[in-house]
Order: sequence, then C-alpha cells, then structure tokens
Amino acid sequence: MDTSRRIILKAGMAASTLAVAAGAGLLVPNTVYAAWPAKAFNATKLDVAMNAMTGKDKPVASADITVDAPDIAENGAVVSFKVKTTLPKVESISVYVPVNAFPLSASYILSNQMETSITGRIKMAKTADVVAVVKSNGKLYTAKKGVKVTLGGCGG
Amino acid sequence: MARKMKIRAWDNGKNTSIKAIIFHPMETGLRKDKKTGKKIPGHYITEVNCEHNGKNILTCLWGPGVSKNPFLSFDFNGAKKGDSVKISWVDNQGKKGGSTAKIS
Repeated sequence: MDTSRRIILKAGMAASTLAVAAGAGLLVPNTVYAAWPAKAFNATKLDVAMNAMTGKDKPVASADITVDAPDIAENGAVVSFKVKTTLPKVESISVYVPVNAFPLSASYILSNQMETSITGRIKMAKTADVVAVVKSNGKLYTAKKGVKVTLGGCGG
Repeated sequence: MARKMKIRAWDNGKNTSIKAIIFHPMETGLRKDKKTGKKIPGHYITEVNCEHNGKNILTCLWGPGVSKNPFLSFDFNGAKKGDSVKISWVDNQGKKGGSTAKIS
C-alpha cells in the first residue's frame, strides 16, 4: 500500500474534524476567556489535563485531603462531591474524573478568606475515581474516592 | 434563561456559608440530537466569580463535566451579617448572569 497516501488521508480527516468542532463552538478560542485554561479543559487524557492545569509536578498523595462522594451513584449525570483539606495556604482545588471525555471537571481558585472545603456536582461517564488535586503552599497534593456509577438506577 | 440563579448566604455562627444554584443546561457538546443525529453544540459555564463586598473570594473554572444546573457550596471568613455576596458567571457562548444576596 502507498503509505504516503494513507498519511495524507489521515491528516485530512483530522483537519476536517477540527474544523467541525470549531464550528460547533466546541473549541473555545483562547482569546475570548483569557483566564479559562482551554488547554486543560479540552485535554482528553488525565495527565495532559493535569499538566496544563497545574504544571508538570506530580501531585503527592495526602491524607490531609478528604474527597466525599457517594459509594454508589445511580445517576452519573449528577454526582455530588465535597473536597475538604486541612493543608495550609490552599491556592486551588481541581477535580478530575479520569474516565470522562474531558477528565478535568472543575477547578476552584481560593482566596485566603475561604474555608478549604468545596461542594459541587459533576458528571461521571462510568465507575471511576473522583480525583482531587490541591495546590497548597506551591506544592501539589492529591486524594481520590471511588464511585460506582450504575446507569438506569438498577442498583448494579 | 428561564429561571434566575439562587443564592443563600447566612452566618453559621463560625463563619459564612454560601449555597448557590445556577440554572444552566451545561451541554457538553458530545451528545447527539436523537431526531437529527447532529451534535448538540456545547453550552456550558466556564467561569464563576464569587465576591464579598466587591472583593473576590472564589473563582470557579468549570468545564462541560460539571452537572446541569450547577450547585456550589462553600464557607468563608471575614464577613458579617448584612454584607453582600455577589456571584456572577459567563458561559462558552458569551452569555452572562449573576445575582447578589445579603448575608442573613
């Protein structure tokens, strides 16, 4: 088989997919919301999203972070979570779901007036961990909680 | 937007608690319309700003992975009864919204 032809075909397909995505408003141009880290939110892999959000440093597992989420979620579209930490000088809390199409769900930037606890609701594609990454005093810490997602609410 | 967002802010004895819900579809851009087979364009909140007396206390950066009609709850220090709390948001289509509440 003529390999160069294959490559051109592939390249063409990738380009047209991108154009469609941009047209549908999927890809938000960086210039519109300067503060919104499009690179991190558009990443489809966990490590790429983490690198784009908080830099290359690997987060260290910490017992000072608790991730509260249900053991079993009957509806993956609405999963409550609570991330709480006793770490000092918390700058940000990011929440990831590794199996989602876009692993980065949300990131919270905290001022020093804040108590270091955030509650919200996220979507989960399937059974997975909810991963929290906390930036404290310039360093990264992480904790996670497994959530079993049973679509249809049959109790799995 | 059919319904306006709701904010509750109250003194919990130790500090101030906030609970807020924003009515928003939070469309991921990945779902397909069952009738036409076309992708439904993504429509989700990207940024939420929370202010206490005009000073930023919390910025939320959200992606399509946040649930429909997003809920947000947190506690913060340094406020007293009667102070105002403002929460405003912007989505990926440039739409904006927000509301204010007095701490009770």
